[in-house]
Amino acid sequence: MSAKMFCQKLSPFWVMNRLVAVGHRNLSTTNPLKAQLTVRDALNSAMDEEMERDETVFILGEEVAQYDGAYKVSRGLWKKWGDKRVIDTPITEIGFAGIAVGAAMAGLRPICEFMTFNFAMQAIDHIINSGAKTFYMSAGNVAVPIVFRGPNGAASGVAAQHSQCFGAWYSHCPGLKVVSPYSAEDCRGLMKQAIRDPDPVVFLENELLYGIAFDVSDEVKSKDFVIPLGKAKIERTGDRITLVSHSKSVGTCLDAAKELAAQGVECEVINLRSLRPLDEETIIRSVMKTNHLVTVEGGWPQSGIGAEICARIIESMSSSSSF
Amino acid sequence: MFAKKFVNQKFLLNEILSKNVQKFINTQKLATNPYNKSCLQISRRHLNSTPLSSVLSPEQLATSGAAPSTTSTSAPVDVMAEDVPEFPGSRSKWTETLRFILPEHFEGIPVYRVMNRKGIVIEPSEDPNLSQDMVTKIYKGMTILNSMDRVLYESQRQGRISFYMTNYGEEGTHFGSAAAINDDDLVFGQYREAGVLMWRGFKLDKFMAQCYGNCDDLEKGRQMPVHYGSRDHYFVSISSPLATQMPQAVGAAYALKREAKGRCVICYFGEGAASEGDAQAALNFAATLNAPIIFFCRNNGYAISTPTHEQYRGDGIASRGPAFGIPSVRVDGNDVLAVYNATRQARSICVDESRPVLIEAMTYRIGHHSTSDDSSAYRSVDEVKQWHQKDHPISRTRKYMEHKNWWNEEMEKSWKEEAKRQVMSAFTNAEKQLKPNWMDMFTDVYHEMPDNLTEQMEELRKHLDLYKEHYPINNFKQ
Repeated sequence: MSAKMFCQKLSPFWVMNRLVAVGHRNLSTTNPLKAQLTVRDALNSAMDEEMERDETVFILGEEVAQYDGAYKVSRGLWKKWGDKRVIDTPITEIGFAGIAVGAAMAGLRPICEFMTFNFAMQAIDHIINSGAKTFYMSAGNVAVPIVFRGPNGAASGVAAQHSQCFGAWYSHCPGLKVVSPYSAEDCRGLMKQAIRDPDPVVFLENELLYGIAFDVSDEVKSKDFVIPLGKAKIERTGDRITLVSHSKSVGTCLDAAKELAAQGVECEVINLRSLRPLDEETIIRSVMKTNHLVTVEGGWPQSGIGAEICARIIESMSSSSSF
Repeated sequence: MFAKKFVNQKFLLNEILSKNVQKFINTQKLATNPYNKSCLQISRRHLNSTPLSSVLSPEQLATSGAAPSTTSTSAPVDVMAEDVPEFPGSRSKWTETLRFILPEHFEGIPVYRVMNRKGIVIEPSEDPNLSQDMVTKIYKGMTILNSMDRVLYESQRQGRISFYMTNYGEEGTHFGSAAAINDDDLVFGQYREAGVLMWRGFKLDKFMAQCYGNCDDLEKGRQMPVHYGSRDHYFVSISSPLATQMPQAVGAAYALKREAKGRCVICYFGEGAASEGDAQAALNFAATLNAPIIFFCRNNGYAISTPTHEQYRGDGIASRGPAFGIPSVRVDGNDVLAVYNATRQARSICVDESRPVLIEAMTYRIGHHSTSDDSSAYRSVDEVKQWHQKDHPISRTRKYMEHKNWWNEEMEKSWKEEAKRQVMSAFTNAEKQLKPNWMDMFTDVYHEMPDNLTEQMEELRKHLDLYKEHYPINNFKQ
């Protein structure tokens, strides 16, 4: 944990920040048949429903209980489920991550919240050496059905120690499943699937997306709405160029696609949704159609998600010169 | 009857503990060179003042059997005699009574204070008798810090700076401790120690420049507000992750021990950060390395919304020190004189005996955790008001000064205006400054700028030349 910066709805800076960073996305033209759901509420409702469905699911982390969560993602859950299911921990990431992993090994299904993934570095041994590797090293005898979640990547002016994107780091490790959602629909479906998944899942959210409302269909709001891990979504079809991204950057790609469309250039925007497994099939199919690719991410370029995608393109059919 | 028995047992236990601690301290004082002392092996033999050469040979061991018990200083020590446990891991006596140490049997470590809430010194011998200049400097520092906090908190609310953390209620811990150490002792802070930097002469302009991230900022606009740092003032840049500064401070103290110039390190942290794994490593290492470091814990009752009774179950942080072999004390953090005395003595222990010391300063966080927090969500406004009115370090110091006829209403009034003027002048100046030059984005990643960054810098330069009208380039220093 750090000198925490987290959002309060009343802060003027928070409001300014929303308008500046997001522009017009808040004001989506509403389809009378569709409802609006913020990312925060999507995560909140997903956790709530899974806690109802399975009594072994519980949440732990700093400020998650009475405070409703540092970013209010667990708002109302402590009030509803009490001390047994929503646990405030003392300040020690390595401590509570270890406790969460142990609880998972003993048969519970913890949702371990890091105030941001930057502070998960103080706990990364538990995530990787214990979380990721135990099922394999125990020959399938000890499972770790845990979800590590929290904001990832850049927020707004919070300096280097609060802004790193850990997508590349976690997606590097076998044994982990890594998810990086963009929309409210992504968050709802992927969170429910992540909690039900028997393997450890690293769920990378984004602070700036929490307050953004998206149109969602009725299907998304149903209690059994899940999105399979490892499948990307084509947010916008096009034939001139493929833009691949994850998390907040998907929004940037969609904005760019809109501008380019006005100039007659149709972009295909792929929302990865999952970083591990990476849906290379969807990307390759798209590249074979458009023959152009731009990867967009919030992480650093070297050894990043884009670097991995480029490597896979080169190694795949799409780079074959035989046709 | 039952209660008396309990008290006797407790007293006995305390007596036993204190006797052993005393023995331990005595053996520590044997060597005079701090560096040599760190090499002293503390063993049963030393406690019995017996040289190593008198230890039995293996043949003697085999035939010794039940050696007569001895505690005389001249008799050779029988390594396998049964009268005292010889385990390498402990130094205590035998007992045939199975008795668990119950934390409830220990009274909390008492809180050391010099003056009461009315600013009256209770035990005159404890008054450090600081000069009027010194106490006035302390008072003025605390009040100007308070003013600066108000102005910068407001400025965040108005969207002028992105973030801020106030120091309300904890000014005593800053100035009391800063005044008791040397200006070149190295400071590792957490984030609520601005007064320490202010004591050392860091100007208001520089504080504000850091918060605004403007071209005058020593940190080139790279840090969040309140993450101050100043090489000239021996104040290491604040780092966001909690408690990471603690083992780092121990490492620095180790370096200072080797330097042997009589400097020490002071490491500040909150009672919440003390839960971090790093805190345990830091305490243990400081003890085993005999590092000259003062651990200064600000126990202000809350870690964001987490109150102390949810943060720990033991007797605060001070009780952890002896467990690691560290001399510890608990003080009234709102009593500047008590903080001064404790820190001063801690510093001599550190430097003269090359060992760590732990000070737990009890205080109360009057403000919110930060501008991102509204503490009325988890504590009553009345509770906060109580502390503000009844036990504030600034008012207690003022009362002390008034008792000594060093301060009065009129001086208070004119100083208030002067302080406000200074703060507002620094503020208006900070508002006007430009942001740092955009090229500062690329420097200091490494000592030598790598090619990829040089390329990016050039690319940006060309881009700005072509499209400067699309960028707020005039807000940045050319």
